[in-house]
Amino acid sequence: MKTPEELQEEAVAKLAETEGKALTPKDRMAIPHQEMPSQMPLERSRNMKEVALGYTAEEARLEAMRCLQCPNAPCMQGCPVKIRIPAFLHAAAQGDFDNAIQIIKESSLLPAVCGRVCPQERQCQQNCTLGKVLKSVDLAVGIGRVERFCADRERELAAQPGAKPTPIAVKPETGKKVAVIGSGPSCITVAADVRREGHDVTMFEALQKTGGVLVYGIPEFRLPKAIVQQEIDNLSRMGVKIETNFVVGRTRTIREMMDEDGFDAVFVGTGAGLPKFMNIPGENFVGVVSANEYLTRANLMRAYDTEHAHTPIYASRKVAVLGGGNVAMDAARMALRLGAEEVHLVYRRTEAEMPARIEEVEHAKEEGVRFHLLQNAVEILGDENDCVTGMKCIRFELGEPDASGRRSPVAIPGSEFVMPVDTVIVAIGNGSNPLISQTTPGLEVNKRGNILVNEQNQTSLEGIYAGGDIVLGAATVILAMGEGRKAAAAINEYLAKR
Amino acid sequence: MHRILKKTQLSNDVFRMEVEAPLIARERKPGQFIILQVDTNFGERIPLTIGDADIEKGSITLVFQTVGLTTKLLASKQEGDEIAALVGPLGRPTHIEKVGHVVCVGGGIGVAPSYPIAQAFKKAGNKVTIIMGARSQNLFVMTDEMRAIADELILITDDGSSGRKGLVTEPLKELCEGPNKPDLAIVIGPPIMMKFCALTTKPFGVKTIASLNTIMVDGTGMCGGCRVSVGGQTKFVCVDGPEFDAHQVDFDNMMKRLRTFKPREMWAKDHLCNLMQAADALQEKQGGTK
Repeated sequence: MKTPEELQEEAVAKLAETEGKALTPKDRMAIPHQEMPSQMPLERSRNMKEVALGYTAEEARLEAMRCLQCPNAPCMQGCPVKIRIPAFLHAAAQGDFDNAIQIIKESSLLPAVCGRVCPQERQCQQNCTLGKVLKSVDLAVGIGRVERFCADRERELAAQPGAKPTPIAVKPETGKKVAVIGSGPSCITVAADVRREGHDVTMFEALQKTGGVLVYGIPEFRLPKAIVQQEIDNLSRMGVKIETNFVVGRTRTIREMMDEDGFDAVFVGTGAGLPKFMNIPGENFVGVVSANEYLTRANLMRAYDTEHAHTPIYASRKVAVLGGGNVAMDAARMALRLGAEEVHLVYRRTEAEMPARIEEVEHAKEEGVRFHLLQNAVEILGDENDCVTGMKCIRFELGEPDASGRRSPVAIPGSEFVMPVDTVIVAIGNGSNPLISQTTPGLEVNKRGNILVNEQNQTSLEGIYAGGDIVLGAATVILAMGEGRKAAAAINEYLAKR
Repeated sequence: MHRILKKTQLSNDVFRMEVEAPLIARERKPGQFIILQVDTNFGERIPLTIGDADIEKGSITLVFQTVGLTTKLLASKQEGDEIAALVGPLGRPTHIEKVGHVVCVGGGIGVAPSYPIAQAFKKAGNKVTIIMGARSQNLFVMTDEMRAIADELILITDDGSSGRKGLVTEPLKELCEGPNKPDLAIVIGPPIMMKFCALTTKPFGVKTIASLNTIMVDGTGMCGGCRVSVGGQTKFVCVDGPEFDAHQVDFDNMMKRLRTFKPREMWAKDHLCNLMQAADALQEKQGGTK
């Protein structure tokens, strides 16, 4: 791995070569893919600081120059919110980052977040012509990284002393009240888009801090909390009211809020927060935790800060993490940072089927997480105090592709073995929290508990809209944001008619 | 922020606090609980049951025992001080109906959450027998309130300093054997007490409900730290409970899970001990301990 300094030196030299030259597609293709400057694995696996340090201006420009400016823009087709990708990359290649961020913000409200957490290799970058020509999606234009640079640069400039805060236009007050339930990505989007129309918006969050999964779930080393906080601060500056420690459905029901508290419309963006377990023997032993619990203790409750935090966390030596998604990677890497000696990631398919972002998988491996593929837990073993002592696993082989197109794993009889561990973190996905649907008569949900909505994200009840993971099932930040934009447009239209 | 309106020290380590929480006071129903944080930056989230509520004053009553860092910090607060966060009311309310004869067994500070439940069953037209147990006379809480609603009140202490000498399971068993067999038992207290109450009523076929107080983080179904095995199925105390059929609850596993952080705290968390000492010192300084 090259150090950030080495990478920057190369970028400066390369950029000088291109200066004043009209680049042909061949020249563009010859520019090396700019590696992401990162903290060195051994160092970072013991601290909570962000792993990926972000491009420098030179690196961002070079990476943007690699874009072939395809007229049909296949990348845009892969983007859930249809950011004008070639246009912003063109501006960034010129060094006009102000224009680049404006183009991104036409479509995306959370570029600093999405630049970090979007699965670009399955969205925009999957369709990138350059990646196709070079026969590897890893060599596609690093669209997300350039996006991140543009967003970070804007934020850092705004934070400098003497910088004027960019005014956020809010239309005159309409006197109409909108409740946004939750404070994750879909809710941040709805709050901003609805407030801009002059409506009176209050955001209700059940926990003590706003940001939803961006704060309780995604660790600091992947998404610094300050970035999320700035988005929340922007909402406050626009006049969005924020109520934390308020559990809609319990502290107040949606019906009461609409009938008694004067809310004209409600957006439900409560996410997918109910952890799934394996339903195997031993799962209630001491030391078996959901990834949600583990990450919430570590992130939201700041248990990693052992000097100050009151919330305890498992002092684990040997940890097994079950699952292959981003949450599994986050939990595994968090366990290392909290001092675990061994972290074993157990996944029943192969790496190709892992739903996690490629970068997270790479980072986890670099940091020393051991991957056990085509294996799964069948039983958790414990001692007389019900404390975890190990995990009985079975090996799998890949069978025929299933309905989702993935080759489904088939257990190999007699292949059981025991993995000695003291902690098992279950990261096999989340279901929907039933609190809102249970306390809102007439609100229709599907059999998985996801709220049913029409194309405008309206639920079965008038004035109540929903979006994000509570509708989609566990998905991505950008999809939640896309849903939020649609719902906000529908709410604004609905309120204009009232 | 929630102002402390009234603080009473009930015994060496048990406190009663009336706290401003108008929204919770209005919505709370018997059987529900709250999550409390003394500090939203570094404080932990702990579940506490609601002992009483006053809608007019916009307040709720909490009764708690100082067992860990947060309860100690809470006890060190005085009237007029504020609590950073109170979330709730959480959990499913008790199912109240007229069943005939209801016996409420409260052990230690478990009497506090029993009070609104007993009150509601009484109001629904039931005969309500209350058994209150404590280690010693000075550890009874809310005796006057309970006396006011009980058709029959039975006090029992480990040391015989008040009422009968013995365990709550003894009068409970007698009631089950007697002519006036209860139709429903509500048992709230230390897990070991609830376990033995369940074992006592089971042979008599008396439906028994236990209110569980497990380790929680969020209290809204998000972490699963509170899970218990009920009839072989995993349930979340925060959203599926806190009340369950006591004959189905795996109390042994629950008690072991409650000890999750006990040995581990020793392992790695010297700081917790230091924080505890600091909290003790603070409490002493503010005259919190008799």
